[in-house]
Amino acid sequence: MTMNAEWLEIDGERVVQDLQAAREALDSAQNDVVLDFSSVRRIDPSALRAMEKLAGIADEKAVKVVLRGVNVDIYKVLKLVKLTSRFSFLA
Amino acid sequence: MAETVASLSEERIAYLEGLVSQARTAAAVFTQYTQEDVDRIVKPMVLAGLEQAQYLARLAIEETRLGVVEDKALKNMVATEFVYNYIKDKRTVGAIREFPERGVVEVAEPIGVIFSLTPITNPTSTVLFKCIMAIKTRNAVIFSPHPSAGHCCYEAVRIMYEAAVKHGAPEGVFTCLESQTLQDNAYLMRHKDVGLIDATGGPGMVKAAYSSGKPALGVGPGNTPVYLEKTADLNMAVVDIITSKTFDNGTICASEQTVVIDDEIYDSVLQKFSDLGAHICNEKETELLGRTVIDPKTGYMQPMAVGQKATDIARMVGLSVKPKTKLLIAPIQGVGPEHPLSVEKLFPVLAVYRAKSVNEALTVCVDVNHAGGIGHTAVIFSRNDQIIQKFGEVMNAGRIIVNSPGSIGALGGVYNDMVPTFSFGCGTGGGNSTTDNVNVYNYLNIKRVARRTQAHMWFRVPNQIYFNMNAVENLRHFQSRSTIIITNPAMEQIGHVDTVRRHIPPETHVHVSVIPDAEPEVKVVMQGVEALNFYKADQIIALGGGSVIDAAKIMKLKYESPEADLEELAAPFLDLRKRVIQYPTEKVAQARLIAISTTSGTGSEVTPFAVLTDKEHGRKVTLADYSLSPDVAIVDPQFVMSMPKGLTADTGIDCLTHALEAGVSIFASPYTDSNAMQAIRMVFKFLPIAYEHPQDEEARTMMHNAACIAAIAFSNAAVGVNHALAHAFGARFGVAHGRANALMLPHVIAFNAGVPTKFMPSPNQRGYIAHKKYAMVADLLGLGGQTIDEKVKSLVAATEQLLDRLAIPRSIADLGISKEEFERAMPDLVKIAFDDPSWRSNPRMPLLSELGDLFWSAYRGRSLPTVAKAPQQQIAEEWSCV
Ligand SMILES: NC(=O)c1ccc[n+]([C@@H]2O[C@H](COP(=O)([O-])OP(=O)(O)OC[C@H]3O[C@@H](n4cnc5c(N)ncnc54)[C@H](O)[C@@H]3O)[C@@H](O)[C@H]2O)c1
Ligand SMILES: [Fe+2]
Repeated sequence: MTMNAEWLEIDGERVVQDLQAAREALDSAQNDVVLDFSSVRRIDPSALRAMEKLAGIADEKAVKVVLRGVNVDIYKVLKLVKLTSRFSFLA
Repeated sequence: MAETVASLSEERIAYLEGLVSQARTAAAVFTQYTQEDVDRIVKPMVLAGLEQAQYLARLAIEETRLGVVEDKALKNMVATEFVYNYIKDKRTVGAIREFPERGVVEVAEPIGVIFSLTPITNPTSTVLFKCIMAIKTRNAVIFSPHPSAGHCCYEAVRIMYEAAVKHGAPEGVFTCLESQTLQDNAYLMRHKDVGLIDATGGPGMVKAAYSSGKPALGVGPGNTPVYLEKTADLNMAVVDIITSKTFDNGTICASEQTVVIDDEIYDSVLQKFSDLGAHICNEKETELLGRTVIDPKTGYMQPMAVGQKATDIARMVGLSVKPKTKLLIAPIQGVGPEHPLSVEKLFPVLAVYRAKSVNEALTVCVDVNHAGGIGHTAVIFSRNDQIIQKFGEVMNAGRIIVNSPGSIGALGGVYNDMVPTFSFGCGTGGGNSTTDNVNVYNYLNIKRVARRTQAHMWFRVPNQIYFNMNAVENLRHFQSRSTIIITNPAMEQIGHVDTVRRHIPPETHVHVSVIPDAEPEVKVVMQGVEALNFYKADQIIALGGGSVIDAAKIMKLKYESPEADLEELAAPFLDLRKRVIQYPTEKVAQARLIAISTTSGTGSEVTPFAVLTDKEHGRKVTLADYSLSPDVAIVDPQFVMSMPKGLTADTGIDCLTHALEAGVSIFASPYTDSNAMQAIRMVFKFLPIAYEHPQDEEARTMMHNAACIAAIAFSNAAVGVNHALAHAFGARFGVAHGRANALMLPHVIAFNAGVPTKFMPSPNQRGYIAHKKYAMVADLLGLGGQTIDEKVKSLVAATEQLLDRLAIPRSIADLGISKEEFERAMPDLVKIAFDDPSWRSNPRMPLLSELGDLFWSAYRGRSLPTVAKAPQQQIAEEWSCV
């Protein structure tokens, strides 16, 4: 699955901007898109909104978005806002 | 309520959904915050609240037209500063409390989204308080203020929100409905993403909150009774009551409603009230007041009076009072609908009642408490500790305030050390989930991380054990005035009694009490106790097998503590350390018990157990307590040389059963294992010799010591299901204890070695180890086998071989018991075996059906074909038995 995937790194300091870039990448994506969250320690409400949008576009375009290296604190936040079911996760 | 929700417009639903979604996101993001993060936010919020205390008070007064601006400002300050002072060092994130000695850590989990309703009476202070608590606990709040206090609350929320977000709180953490309807509230109360409803306000709101089906902190109305008792400091009491009842024009629901005053001080108290600015109503005025400020239809206070000044209320009613009147005092003659002023009055009208006695005063306070104030607050002024204590017992109130003002006292932190709050939990009596002064811990789900702890174990044995040939000589060390030898006829005939007598110091008066040759019964025990009393014995020598020693143990118990109820002491228990029944510690007499065993099996000379036979019910009753252990044990093989072969075999197998059961018991420890293993080795080696060559002194000595060593093991690790089965079967069919054990033993080993249907909880063991323990035994005995399974099989086979060699009948059928008879007995056998405490330490919990299966296996006999090799002699030799 991840063999031909497009990899994007999310910078912990600029999560919203990077997610915006990821959204644009979805337009041209042929394969899965992997977002590397390894360097993200926390997310805030604006990042959550950006993720929600991203999930919406991924659904529309039928592109699978895989989140990699999501720490458990962020995973719990995604769980609480019911976003986990809308992404795939990779350790 | 469902209909009202259905009538919401789509736009309105979208608006409400937006609020919840914002709050949910904020709450989710908040879960990532640390304690330091939240503490950094809370402090500037508190400062912002303090700064705006007066501004918010003015807003509240302008909008609600209730209360006193100075008091409202003060409430805003209490809600911020006092609450902060209480919570600032409290841990509310992550591990909040640790109990290292219990291995328990409490960890905080936020609730998420809280839907909060705030009252008209304390609008802004309640908002400030709840915002601070929410941030401290990482929760998001949607506020729904009382419709007549919407604006001031909105401002309070705004001030808190701005301060919070500026210092890092997640955006959307607080929202406030700008205008709201019952439908909005109903919708939000039932919203799946709302975790908790925190409803402070009138009974309607609280009821709606509780009926929503959501967890709710609903705190509602009160009706505070005050008992002004004659020993009180009257000047202090009167000032406190006026301070409290006029505070914010009486809007705090904990404020005083009816003061019950002792007859002796009634007139002077009223005079003091009057001197300090209260107007005392006459009968007519009271009647008029009651009719005007209380709605005659509902019996509740009139909203127009709430939070108004005394003079305004007087004007409203048409009373003429002095211009600076603070309080209207209305004498009432009782509580209930005929006395309208006996209910809650959130304005400066106070009812007073003259009580002729303490009992009458307390009774009227109970009436007031139950007239709409259950669970809330009660106040007493007194110097009499007994009356204060009684008041505390009879009032059903979350807060019982002593010698201080009710309203400010209940808020906590000013007049006492209660938790500061603006929400008073009223307990189940008030339809609330708590009686707490609601605070941060009510805004958390507290999780408990409980680490595995090891049960405390013990190793107890009598402190004097004399063993080997002629150990009986040690009797000369024991001084006694009057000694009774408890024994049975066989011991006299064989000459053992004379041997013992020879070693007792000559100055001792010795009496011999011969009991029947049978397992002990209550009747026999009581005859023995009579003899002990008659001879005023200070020493008991039990000379015999387990039956005699057990009888002597119980005789000693009844002699020393005649009140001891044997039936009660035999009550079932699961864990010796936690059991309900305690053995008596008070003694009317005292006698040393010296046990000289004449069989090599029960080890009763060192055990804390005694088995009584209950012929009437066909069962055996086991008494267990370390106070039953003999003081001195004498393990002298000269007394067992005379044992006939059958007895040698039966008692020897009893000893083996003790060691094997202690070995696999859930209470086994390295201390008991060493004894159990050693005893097993000694039995396998020396029991056949003692059986085949009864005069072999070494074999007899070893078996006698083995029995005692095995008993040391099972005194501390207990026995198991084998004994439960044997007790039930032996009692029913009159089969000797050791033999009954023997019939069960191979089947029980196989049973315990299998995978349990039900495991026995055993905190001291890592995983299931019974089969491994048996394999260890097999190794120790050099029985061979590669795998655990093979080793267990060789142990079963070796046991079967041993039983064969001892010519023990190998099945219950072999005893001549017919299948039909056994079948008839089966329900009772299973029931009695299940009630027997012995199996409580068995590694595998036996199901009732499994007990039945085990009985049937024993009925049929042989569990395995004999396959094992004979014990490997050389390994056995390496192990020292002495
Ligand atoms: N208290 C405990 O810890 C404990 C443990 C296991 C069993 N028990 C109980 O002990 C009783 C069984 O005791 P026991 O097995 O020692 O048998 P026992 O005391 O009942 O004696 C059995 C028979 O052997 C005779 N006898 C005893 N010593 C003899 C000797 N040296 N020479 C010749 N005959 C002798 C007795 O007179 C008696 O007739 C049962 O009631 C059993 O429930 C108690
Ligand atoms: Fe026994």
